[in-house]
Amino acid sequence: MSAPPPGDAPFPPGVDVAEADDPTAAADVEARADALATGSDRGAEAVVGRWSSPGGRLLRTALALVAFFAVVAVLWEAFKWLAGDPWRLEGILGTSLSYEHFPPFRVLQATDLQLPHLWSIAEALAAPVQRSQETSLFTYLVGAAAYTLAEALIGFLLGSAIGIALASVFVHSRLAERALLPYVIASQTIPIVALAPIIVVSFGRGLTSVVIISTYLTFFPVTIAMVRGLRSPDPRALELMRSYAASRWAIYRKVRLPASIPYLFTALKIAAAASVVGAIIGEAPGGVKEGLGRALVNFNQQYITGPEKLWGTILVAALAGISFYVVVRIVEVLVLRDRGRQEA
Amino acid sequence: MSGSVAAGAVPAVRVSGVRKAFPVKGGGETVALEEIDLTIERGEFISLIGPSGCGKSTLLRVVGDLVAPSAGSVEVNGKPAARARLDRDYGMVFQAPVLFDWRSVEANVRLPLEIQGVGGSERDARVREMLELVELGGFAKHYPHQLSGGMQQRVAIARALAFQPALLLMDEPFGALDEMTRERLNAEVLRVWARTGTTVIFVTHSIPEAVFLSTRVVVMSARPGRISDVIPIDLPQPRDEETRETDRYYELVTEVREALRAHHGPAAGSVASLERARAEGGIG
Repeated sequence: MSAPPPGDAPFPPGVDVAEADDPTAAADVEARADALATGSDRGAEAVVGRWSSPGGRLLRTALALVAFFAVVAVLWEAFKWLAGDPWRLEGILGTSLSYEHFPPFRVLQATDLQLPHLWSIAEALAAPVQRSQETSLFTYLVGAAAYTLAEALIGFLLGSAIGIALASVFVHSRLAERALLPYVIASQTIPIVALAPIIVVSFGRGLTSVVIISTYLTFFPVTIAMVRGLRSPDPRALELMRSYAASRWAIYRKVRLPASIPYLFTALKIAAAASVVGAIIGEAPGGVKEGLGRALVNFNQQYITGPEKLWGTILVAALAGISFYVVVRIVEVLVLRDRGRQEA
Repeated sequence: MSGSVAAGAVPAVRVSGVRKAFPVKGGGETVALEEIDLTIERGEFISLIGPSGCGKSTLLRVVGDLVAPSAGSVEVNGKPAARARLDRDYGMVFQAPVLFDWRSVEANVRLPLEIQGVGGSERDARVREMLELVELGGFAKHYPHQLSGGMQQRVAIARALAFQPALLLMDEPFGALDEMTRERLNAEVLRVWARTGTTVIFVTHSIPEAVFLSTRVVVMSARPGRISDVIPIDLPQPRDEETRETDRYYELVTEVREALRAHHGPAAGSVASLERARAEGGIG
């Protein structure tokens, strides 16, 4: 394939490269480009496939979480090593050896009362809740977390449904959006701790109030993200649908809704964590005894005699929120597995 | 396929006295199209060519009832454009493939049929037929991100043809592709056109492309957008790579280039640079 000599016939601009002796050469080139495109896709898969396949994405999430906890644990104990209370380990592995550590500094926030050792927290979690009982603190807390998660799940589902519904209305009606969106935003400027008792007074103590509070924290991020997601389709995609004489409903179902799914999941991950927080906050004024909220209040009151219990509860509460997040993340990766590469 | 039809038949497209003006912020308006009259017979392949801002994409959108004209009328197969759109007489292909990344190749081609309410085995057969037509039969289960740009655009063409529309509107469909891919797809479009008998309106910046594909090239000038010339392309059908090397082909390329130059001064002769300097807003 050679370029034509300069000064040749009036070549149209841009075609000189493809001007070949063999008329099928151009076709071959594109065929080869196609083969390369699909081939390199597979080649790239081999290099980054571990991270872009669904399993790889989940592995990456898992590793990030493990790394996060490891870093927190190291910082935690490093702080105590430098500035905590002195401690002593006797009879290491059944020998008569013992080890003592005297931190070089003293900082109030690193004392055993403020910041117990991680192994003290682990011991407390393994010990019975109360002297007379058999269940360990951990077992008790997991039960409480399950209860709270169930409340949070209801709030999460309701809040997400409300968010999706509101966003769907806003996208189809500028009037509704302008009338209601300011209230949606204003609703989030009221501190939830101030609002929670009012909700409990209005709806009575119990599950209903807790779910309402959880819903209240969930619907907002979903609404905002869904408005963006439903507006995200390429304007030409909407022109295309218009050329199909598609109804608004068809456009919503076939284009807007599927296009919004990545946005929805970003919001659902935030909402998952927020719904757990909402449920915990609601449990105290709501008078729900079975959940983590009550456990937090109780162990807060017993802090002087057993700070490890409160810290253990905090740990379990965090794990509850994270496990909810992880479930949403798994669903996200599965649902979006066929779309092109996108950010986690 | 000569493009001329017995006199008296209803033309595929009749544009009469179309004017399109867009309001400008702070009062006034920009006139995108002025006094556009154009009649297209069934089975013709018409290219719209002209500099950026000459309103050729706007004209395409007016014909497709995606934009309403400020004055004048558009009839497609003897019906008003809006009626034709509701009757699903149009297939659209844009410069970008605009494929839906959550749908596989076959599901993308199926979308217009789903909306039309074509069901079951007929739908599946039509999808398979269209994918075979653009030679992507083996890629039905792939997802758009797994395909090259040229393949994605072929999927878009298959999708546009799924309705078996009477009129195919193509807005610089190959403008974003490299020259070799473009030439191959040009040949493919001609083959599809010959097989389906669809009337095509094709917007392009490329003179060689317009000449190679068309039965007539409509040359437009800018500010306001008007039709300045209509050049019949009498290259014999079917056309292939050898057509591009005939003397008649070069004469026609030169003729179109001169028609463009006549209305835009010497600068407008270099259409290649115009292709890159696409700074198109609402008008194009």
